[in-house]
Amino acid sequence: MAVFSRCGPGKISDPASLMLIEANGLTVYRGDDALFSDLSFALHAGEIVRLEGSNGSGKTTLLRILCGLAEADEGELKWGGKPLRRAMESLREQILFIGHKPGINSELTPLENLQLLAKLETRCSTQNIEAALTQLLPPGRLDLPCRVLSAGQKRRVALARLLLTPAKVWMLDEPLTALDATGRGWLEEQLVKHALKGGSAVVTSHQPLAESSGVARTFRLVQR
Amino acid sequence: MPEQSQHLDSPADIPGIWSAFMAVLSRDLLITLRKRQQWLNPLIFFVIVITMFPLAVGPEAGILSLIAPGVIWVAALLATMLSLDMLFTADLADGTLEQLALSPQPLSVMVLAKVLAHWLVSGLPLVLLSPLLGLLLQLPSQAMWVLVFSLGLGTIALSLIGAIGAALTVSLRHAGLLLSVLVLPLYVPVLIFGSNAVASAVNGQPVEAQLSLLAAIALVCLALAPWATAAALRVGIAIE
Repeated sequence: MAVFSRCGPGKISDPASLMLIEANGLTVYRGDDALFSDLSFALHAGEIVRLEGSNGSGKTTLLRILCGLAEADEGELKWGGKPLRRAMESLREQILFIGHKPGINSELTPLENLQLLAKLETRCSTQNIEAALTQLLPPGRLDLPCRVLSAGQKRRVALARLLLTPAKVWMLDEPLTALDATGRGWLEEQLVKHALKGGSAVVTSHQPLAESSGVARTFRLVQR
Repeated sequence: MPEQSQHLDSPADIPGIWSAFMAVLSRDLLITLRKRQQWLNPLIFFVIVITMFPLAVGPEAGILSLIAPGVIWVAALLATMLSLDMLFTADLADGTLEQLALSPQPLSVMVLAKVLAHWLVSGLPLVLLSPLLGLLLQLPSQAMWVLVFSLGLGTIALSLIGAIGAALTVSLRHAGLLLSVLVLPLYVPVLIFGSNAVASAVNGQPVEAQLSLLAAIALVCLALAPWATAAALRVGIAIE
């Protein structure tokens, strides 16, 4: 069983500010045991939350539930004040989820991959996508199939979507996996910028992220 | 450096359904063009099965033209079934399905684009090759256009029905047998009307009734299968 505890530094958000996600008593079972139980929290606009917890504590499961990809066994989830089931449409318009498997096809080039992923959610030109990719990849990698890229470079291709998306809420599952120090610095910078614009994010990670800038707070899923 | 294209307060500027449909279609076609064996295997299977029949049954025109409609149709059905595996499994494995399910676009429309891409690389080549194979099986020339027409309508229905089965079994690792058991009963009406149309044409009988029924089946599948497939995919993603 796991509970949700709050720790670390971070901005205490104004309760009157816009509440995007509100979770009440979320419980998920794996077999007879609860993966986590009675989990309640809220995500406000302009807030970056880092989820931490040991392997298997349910971080990815929780993130998928918050995106509406999976359902909790018990508890209720509200999106913008409405129950999730009735708010799916607005949720899909306002959310960006980059999962552990980020939807990068290994036969396609980085450009072709992002052309599909970005064009489903926003009207952006090929130039925009190229510009976003050149920030993160060395020149000459844009036209190679993703199977020849390293794990870190593939991660960068997926993260380049952060520059293109109009989504208000970013859900990033282990974005630091295989990422080097420069990439990590870049990601923290994007998170801070996003928060300053009034966006919010839920990020699962074992390492502290942008906490120094004061925008992020940490939730820990604790095994009991 | 590109600025974030939207201000967070402005309503999202979501592309139209048509551009999403085309994005999915062109992506899937690109992938299949780069992985040739994926779409070549069912096609080669189709050709091999049919070319074996004159060798095994003997070259008498009477017998061959009698069995030709059934042989070509059964081979087309099995070849389509072989190709169903590639419809969603790779996309589930690399996370693309999650992204499609989370995008603001209707999943059923994107499913339709994927099925169309699947049909263009697995169904259409069968249809285009069928006159050649008909010739091999001594199919009389008046039955040739019926063969092409019935296979054209039939493979559309087979791809759409198969997509439902592929979506229902997407989260299972080795779903080959289960997929066949699920999909085959639904394939039977298409097989009966399709091969019967060609057989009637061989005997010089009218074929309008069978072809109309095939067209009706294809249209019903076109209207309903994308929704059923999308719903099945959402369940598959949730339990993944």
